[in-house]
Amino acid sequence: MAAEIYLNVAVSGLLTGLVYGLMAVGLSVIFGVVRVVNFAHGEMMTIAMYLAIVLFNGFGLDPLIMVVPLAAVLFALGYAMQAGIINPFITRPEHSQFILLVAMALIIANVLLIVFGPDARSVQTPYSFDSFLVGPLIIDATKAYAGAATVVITAALFGFFRFAPLGKAIRACADNYTGALVVGLNVKRLYALTFGLGAACVGAAGSMLVLLVDVTPALGPALTLLAFIIVITGGLGSMPGAVLGGVLIGLTEAMAGLFFTPSAKSMFSFALLVLVLLFRPQGILGKRPS
Amino acid sequence: MIARMLDGVPGRGLAVLAGLLAVLLAAPWVANDYVLTVLIIVLYSAYTGQAWNVMMGFAGQLSLGHAIYVGLGGYAAAALYVHFGVAPWLGLVAAVAIAAACGAVIGFLAFRFGVGGVYFAILTIAFAEFARIGFDHFRWVGASSGFFLPVANYTRNDLWNLRGDPTMFYYVMLALTVAAFAICHVLLKSRIGYYWQAIREDEVAARSLGIDTFRYKMYAIVLSAGMTAVAGVFFAFYYNNLFPEQVFHISRSIEMILGPIIGGIGTLFGPLVGALLLTGLSEAMQELLTALRLDVPGAKQVFYGLCLLVVVMALPGGVWPWVAGKLGLTGPRS
Amino acid sequence: MIPTTTNSSGLTRRGFAVGAGAAGLLATAAGDFARAQGGPLKVGVLLPRSGAQAGIGQDCQRGVELAPAIFKELGLPELAIMNADTETNVEVARARAEKLISDGAQLLVGAFDSGQTTAIAQVAEQKGIPFVINIAAAPQITEQGYKFVFRNFPTAAMILSDAFANQKELFEATGVAPKSVVFMHVNDTFGTSMQQGINAVLPRFSMPYQIVEQIAYDPTARDLSVEVAKAKATGAQALLLVSRLNDAILITRELVKQRWSPMAVLSMGPGWYEDQYLKTLGKLSDGPMSFVPWYDPHKRLSKQLEAALAKAYPGINMNTNHVFTFEALLVAADAYKRARSSDPKALADAIRTTNITDNVSIGPGIQFNDKGQNDKLKNAAIQNRGGKLLTIAPKEASNAKPELPMSAYDRRG
Repeated sequence: MAAEIYLNVAVSGLLTGLVYGLMAVGLSVIFGVVRVVNFAHGEMMTIAMYLAIVLFNGFGLDPLIMVVPLAAVLFALGYAMQAGIINPFITRPEHSQFILLVAMALIIANVLLIVFGPDARSVQTPYSFDSFLVGPLIIDATKAYAGAATVVITAALFGFFRFAPLGKAIRACADNYTGALVVGLNVKRLYALTFGLGAACVGAAGSMLVLLVDVTPALGPALTLLAFIIVITGGLGSMPGAVLGGVLIGLTEAMAGLFFTPSAKSMFSFALLVLVLLFRPQGILGKRPS
Repeated sequence: MIARMLDGVPGRGLAVLAGLLAVLLAAPWVANDYVLTVLIIVLYSAYTGQAWNVMMGFAGQLSLGHAIYVGLGGYAAAALYVHFGVAPWLGLVAAVAIAAACGAVIGFLAFRFGVGGVYFAILTIAFAEFARIGFDHFRWVGASSGFFLPVANYTRNDLWNLRGDPTMFYYVMLALTVAAFAICHVLLKSRIGYYWQAIREDEVAARSLGIDTFRYKMYAIVLSAGMTAVAGVFFAFYYNNLFPEQVFHISRSIEMILGPIIGGIGTLFGPLVGALLLTGLSEAMQELLTALRLDVPGAKQVFYGLCLLVVVMALPGGVWPWVAGKLGLTGPRS
Repeated sequence: MIPTTTNSSGLTRRGFAVGAGAAGLLATAAGDFARAQGGPLKVGVLLPRSGAQAGIGQDCQRGVELAPAIFKELGLPELAIMNADTETNVEVARARAEKLISDGAQLLVGAFDSGQTTAIAQVAEQKGIPFVINIAAAPQITEQGYKFVFRNFPTAAMILSDAFANQKELFEATGVAPKSVVFMHVNDTFGTSMQQGINAVLPRFSMPYQIVEQIAYDPTARDLSVEVAKAKATGAQALLLVSRLNDAILITRELVKQRWSPMAVLSMGPGWYEDQYLKTLGKLSDGPMSFVPWYDPHKRLSKQLEAALAKAYPGINMNTNHVFTFEALLVAADAYKRARSSDPKALADAIRTTNITDNVSIGPGIQFNDKGQNDKLKNAAIQNRGGKLLTIAPKEASNAKPELPMSAYDRRG
């Protein structure tokens, strides 16, 4: 009996962590290159979640199939945001960027409130309540799908930045802004592409997340904060870092919930974050800033 | 002392300052309680903005978790008052000490371990959130069910116990704001102020000039935390209830810093101008929507966000430096 | 500029004809009456309609929208409703209360949340403007010696006492009772008040069950799998809960996924009976029992309010939010009628002597004790069955038999 619950909670924490990682990876992509901390990250994800709900309720489109289309829509949104509004702020101080994105978050959250009302929305798919029995283990089916998607998406991103010419160009921009300008890269376009790419991750994650979490217009800040903890723990700018951070936070919260009072479990993630910031500020898999 | 405070302020600026103070002092005779309540919010934001500005505007350390000092200050004074009957002005001493100590711990850890920039900002959020959840479980002060101060009747004003009508609270808050303004003015003109600004502009250069940057950054965070805690005490005794979800929440930290950034970061008038603009904007928008019979929850916040967006895009340095430039009032610093 | 005008004009046109003759008579009477008093009473309604509590605030607002037409039929004087949004923020709540009073509000109603309510109560007390609380359970609010603050909503201790009494009634009626329960509660204002109360109240009732474990969880939790796994591992027969809407849905999903069907789900707060819960979970929403402040389905006014709600908001079940917001306005209108004056002091005196027996909530009616608390209020036990909310206890207010144990989640097709 006792061993079973530890195992179940550990597996559940691991899967939740993978989903967390997927949720956070977009933030990491954007920061890693554009060096802007996207404080509207959670609100962008709520946009994706509402879109997934509208598509499901209106056209019966399963969020799992909509992962790619929604990523494309959010890509466009992210590209437009960066090219239209954020780009002049690249060279401005952090607090200026912060206000810009907080203002955007405020607008998004309240437009969603006006359009969709305050009530929590969700989708009910035929597999919403499924779970797999593996010996003594009970595995949440939706979380398992989302976890698998996390691995696929981050692997694809990792591959893109490592091997694709465009990905390499973006990394060159991130490593050396002036250098990139000198060799003739269109930095503005590359930044917009990167922001779009980060937003696309947000879109994919939102589409998966809607299967697990009910969305309200006020959900954004909580998602933003959680994504922060994860990417900083794992290493801002590192794709595998985001996944590792997600898994670490997921497991920490699950174990803290099991051994201590669950209402205080996020205290442990904040404690973990503080420790990482102090002893390895670049995050577990992050590169030391030069 | 007075002479030193007025040192370097241009004549027109001085006149504006005197006029503003006169208006604020006279306000309770003309304003009704609603306007007074709004003015209290303005002064409260101006005060907390000023306190935050010491750290960010002067010394260049971006804190996004200042709510922790409001909360610690408020809870400390309120707990002493409720559990031991300690008057708020005495409780204030403890409140400031606790918040300053907390600031010192955060500063020590961050500055010793070389946490800076965005990472420092996130660290401050982490501590504030840690405190929020901690106080959610802190039974002695009501945990998440809230901590209530006994509300005495309002037949007379009791300044010593901070019980009274809005006019009394208004003058208390006005006095605090003026004091914060004066302190910041003196600091900016003193050696410590110049050191801070050197650190803000280029920390490496400041260090190479022989400034003990660690020590001066510590001064900034401790002073800023202590000043913010005073606002917390005011908050507790004015609203008479404290909920961790209300006082420690990250949204409170964000509200606190909007004013000084919009007003003009690093300037003396910035926090005041920002507080006035933002609170005024918020109330005016509410009036407008009511007049238009547009009772749509959320609409006000959308317009508010749009205004923020426009200001931050059009005036990167904030409103005050721009206004001061137009009026030919070169502010004390910029 | 001044937002005194009114939802009432727009909404009375909806018209809820009951008996045309009687209604006509009453309307005439009300018209005379309003003229005699110099117009409608200006009532400021403060609710959190944006921000974190937007959902509940907007639900409460439905109770406000329904009031004018019904009051007209009851022959009560007209109210000019002045709406204000507290944005789920204590400071905004206080400023809005001041604003309403400066715009001429003669009575305030609100504000769902205990913190915002406390802030408004101070303004009301200071200005000598009566404040009728619709919902807020923190006991401290009516322990401050306020003279202008009235609450027609049970305190945490009252909710708990009635919950245990009703549970015993149900266990006796069905002959089924769990021997052990896990107590799960949300760690927010209401949840913690209830948790603190439970240790004081529980020993007074010899309940058939023991609480084997208490599990507090985060109100903003997005995942409750660990919490439910922990509860399941105790081997308890039933769940005792204080939750909100979002977590109620999360817990139910986890119960299904983790294949655990407790004998009973006994909830002592919101969430499990709310429309969103029923809509989201469909068949899986059946079974839980909620022990909450509720309406008496047999009362005449309950039927009238329910009909009005069904007409104005089809598909929405009547709930605590509508009932107690409506009753707060009822108290206001009734006091205005008896006081024959909009003078705040006269209104407050009239509220103090309130004795409304033609009301909606359970119990003898609305009266206030010398602390301004309606301590005669009774709570009900309700059960979700087939997407409807049936009242199963106390016996005098019930309209259905309880179903205990509830049907297992995996046997619902």
